[in-house]
Amino acid sequence: MKLAYWMYAGPAHIGTLRVASSFRNVHAIMHAPLGDDYFNVMRSTSERERDFTPVTASVVDRHVLARGSQEKVVNNISRKDEEQNPDLIVLTPTCTSSILQEDLQNFVDRASLSSESDVIPADVNHYRVNELQAADRTLEQITRFYLDRSRKQNTLDRSVTNIPSANIIGIFTLGFHNQHDCRELKRLPRESGIAVNQVIPEGGSLKYLKDLSRAWFNTVPYREVGLMTATLLEEEYGMPYISITPMGISNTADFIAQIGKLVNMWASAISEKKLNYDLYVDNQTKFVSQAAWFSKSIDCQNLAGKEAAIFGDATHAASITKILVKEMGIRVTCSGTYCKHDAEWFNEQVQGLCDEVLITEDHTEVGDTTARIEPSAIFGTQMERHIGKRIDIPCGVISSPVHIQNFPLGYRPFLGYEGTNQIADLVYNSFNLGMEDHSLDVFGGHDTKEISAKPLSTNRKNINWTPEAESELNKIPGFVRGKIKKNTESFAIQNNISEITIDVTYMAKEKLSP
Amino acid sequence: MKTLEIPTFECETGNYHTFCPISCVAWLYQKIEDSSFLVVGTKTRGYFLQSALGVTIFAEPRYAMAESEEGDISAQLNDQEELERICLRVRNDRNPSVIIWIGTCTTEIIKMDLEGIAPKLEKQLGIPIVVARANGLDYAFTQGEDTALAAMTHRCPECNNHITDEERIKAELLVVDIDQKKNLFDRKQKLTKFNLVLFGSLPSSVASQLNLESRRQSVSVSGWLPSQKYADLPALGKGIYVCGVNPFLSRTATTLMRRRKCQLIGAPFPIGPDGTRAWIEKICSAFDLKPDGLEERESQIWKSLSDYLEILTGKSIFFMGDNLLEISLARFLIRCGMVVYEVGIPYMDRRYQAAELLLLQRTCEKMKKPTPRIVEKPDNYSQVQRMHELQPDLAITGMAHANPLEARNIDTKWSVEFTFAQIHGFSNARDALELVTRPLRRRAESIYGCRNLSKQMVNG
Repeated sequence: MKLAYWMYAGPAHIGTLRVASSFRNVHAIMHAPLGDDYFNVMRSTSERERDFTPVTASVVDRHVLARGSQEKVVNNISRKDEEQNPDLIVLTPTCTSSILQEDLQNFVDRASLSSESDVIPADVNHYRVNELQAADRTLEQITRFYLDRSRKQNTLDRSVTNIPSANIIGIFTLGFHNQHDCRELKRLPRESGIAVNQVIPEGGSLKYLKDLSRAWFNTVPYREVGLMTATLLEEEYGMPYISITPMGISNTADFIAQIGKLVNMWASAISEKKLNYDLYVDNQTKFVSQAAWFSKSIDCQNLAGKEAAIFGDATHAASITKILVKEMGIRVTCSGTYCKHDAEWFNEQVQGLCDEVLITEDHTEVGDTTARIEPSAIFGTQMERHIGKRIDIPCGVISSPVHIQNFPLGYRPFLGYEGTNQIADLVYNSFNLGMEDHSLDVFGGHDTKEISAKPLSTNRKNINWTPEAESELNKIPGFVRGKIKKNTESFAIQNNISEITIDVTYMAKEKLSP
Repeated sequence: MKTLEIPTFECETGNYHTFCPISCVAWLYQKIEDSSFLVVGTKTRGYFLQSALGVTIFAEPRYAMAESEEGDISAQLNDQEELERICLRVRNDRNPSVIIWIGTCTTEIIKMDLEGIAPKLEKQLGIPIVVARANGLDYAFTQGEDTALAAMTHRCPECNNHITDEERIKAELLVVDIDQKKNLFDRKQKLTKFNLVLFGSLPSSVASQLNLESRRQSVSVSGWLPSQKYADLPALGKGIYVCGVNPFLSRTATTLMRRRKCQLIGAPFPIGPDGTRAWIEKICSAFDLKPDGLEERESQIWKSLSDYLEILTGKSIFFMGDNLLEISLARFLIRCGMVVYEVGIPYMDRRYQAAELLLLQRTCEKMKKPTPRIVEKPDNYSQVQRMHELQPDLAITGMAHANPLEARNIDTKWSVEFTFAQIHGFSNARDALELVTRPLRRRAESIYGCRNLSKQMVNG
């Protein structure tokens, strides 16, 4: 057993559900007790999703515990099949069902006999993998299922597209700024004359999965999800993939250079014409992205040598570390990730860029480290933002786990050239705010402080608060306390009451409510 | 209108969305100031808690997960040693006066003997350990509080009231049963006015409002379960009258009656001015008091609600059901002039809620409104289909359905807010209606002429 207050990555089934519900017309059925369908709430609130999340539970209750699920799961699958007619139903195990050790494969076999939809069990072990690993695995599983099938049915089209094209793998629901990144990612290749063949799983349709292999190459923007699928496509269909995350100027340039290399390999064979992206990169770097200019400007000079701590998933933490150190001249005292399973890659990436590497899933360790090194700014997850609040250090959020704030309506990619602008803003604002705060402290704070701290009720003539009423008042949250105090007192004055008892406070509340 | 229309109960598949009952730690740890909660279970529970509680989790809450790992599940590790190690750390970090273990589905399935281990560790660590099995196999959402309070009932001190045997026999007859209702209050005895214990966790300001209401009737409340501090748990025993403030506390009520020999006052719940008045009246009648000035007080409150009632009158509402407050809220809203199409509810204890159900029927008669159908263990998918046909003006629903329903042009109110907002007593009736009317008030000012903003095709 492990004592835990907070976790960075969720349980495995969340990953499976995220992938399943990102595809179009795929339904997931969880084998889970009541209340475990919390995923629906997360998706509906955080993503402000307009549609019903295609996830239902086949509820595990006492009866199931006593007799096994028996017909229940199969019936639930057939019912969903009739009601909504999805292309695929993914039977998702949870920690509960992995302890029960029911034979989900058997349910799936029985259900697929009668249902029009395809049915597969998600193949993830709850106790060995986390949300991200499970998502990676599920995406590979679904892709493999459909590719294998069309190969058997001889419907697989192995010919590559006429013009160079790419698949984007790993964009999905509840990902950190994934929607915006996706738009930016589609733009990057398009501007360099490359079509986007497919984006999976977000919005992807299973019907077209068989055409995945028609693209010239794959791109996997995030380390955490998509690599397994890309490897599968490379091994079985000989498709090369790019796993560079185009985050920051130099990474984006590398990314485009890779595209150039891959495309030219084929292009020279087909049309004997070589594409050159150097000019494009140069142009974008100088004029579309402001980040290069920003790092030369005086603003950024002020940041030179400032200290920062970074924590997040492997992709974002590593990329941001690179950007801060190489592109902005900021000193990264500590860089870390909670992706323990990818520690080796992370170490390699940030080697030589920071003083200290932290690989942990324990937020208290991150908090302690941050408090010890006292950076001028933190770049981390929502948890680090709160750590920062407690120790008065500004924080920019750069990675999941996320919050509804991290699903902005406006366009906020982290990838590509527009992404570099967003990141520059984020970094600059974090440091700048910290500086402002600090100088305010040095000069004795805002001069309005004294005034605003005065009690709001000015005309407290002969009004006394009984100690009981006073303590009742103190239970009211600070931001409305002043108003309530004032209202109660003016109520007392109106009614010629000279002493405010608890009774009076409630009377005032009843009378004065707007 | 002579015959009582008995509400029809239906039971569906139980395929509905609700919170896991362990969410009760969210409000209980705030209520019981010197407690520390330990949820024993897997990552799934912890993830639920941290996502459901949002901001509170960052405020250094006094709860934690004892996260089961593979070794625990396959019994390679010794449960007692593991829990001991973790509780020691909790004790050293937070120094609580009580540790409350919340058992989950995992501990149920692997049959971890929490109740057996607790007394041993309690002796070893010198801190009381209370075990509540709030798992999703048996319970829904607010019922978590019920299991926790039922467990704490055993820790309340024994009261040493000296009462005669004769009185004791009489007192026992006061236990509420629906059939005995008629002659219930005929056999009564003079009791001191200081042996009323209320149960149900309410924010302290709401609790003191209710205390005040009953003090006005010269009944003083001798204690609350739970109390602000673990050390202040109320004394229980024969001769103590207990009354619930929330409709989901049936286990606690049963435990108080059967194990602690308290007398339960079966009353409607103090939600809405009508409910509050009926609640106080029942308490008064248990103590043989004539309620004083209640009627005026109720009508006064109704008068102050008139602007909200104007919005609500004639509007229709649909409860999908997830927190067991539904019957009381439906009753209150019918009294406000609304039409209730359906009351979904996870679990319906007809004995514990008897008085509330009766009041619901009376209210329907009085307001000349049809009795709503009450659907136990509802099926969310079927409910959405029904809503599609009925087109209610307002749906009270969980967050999983709120946005999709809004996109389909059905106004919604998030049900969980009713569990956290202050809705009990006379003074808070306005707050409750504030919640209910908010989507309706907003509607008046919207919205660009698009009615249906859903992306999905409407099927069927």
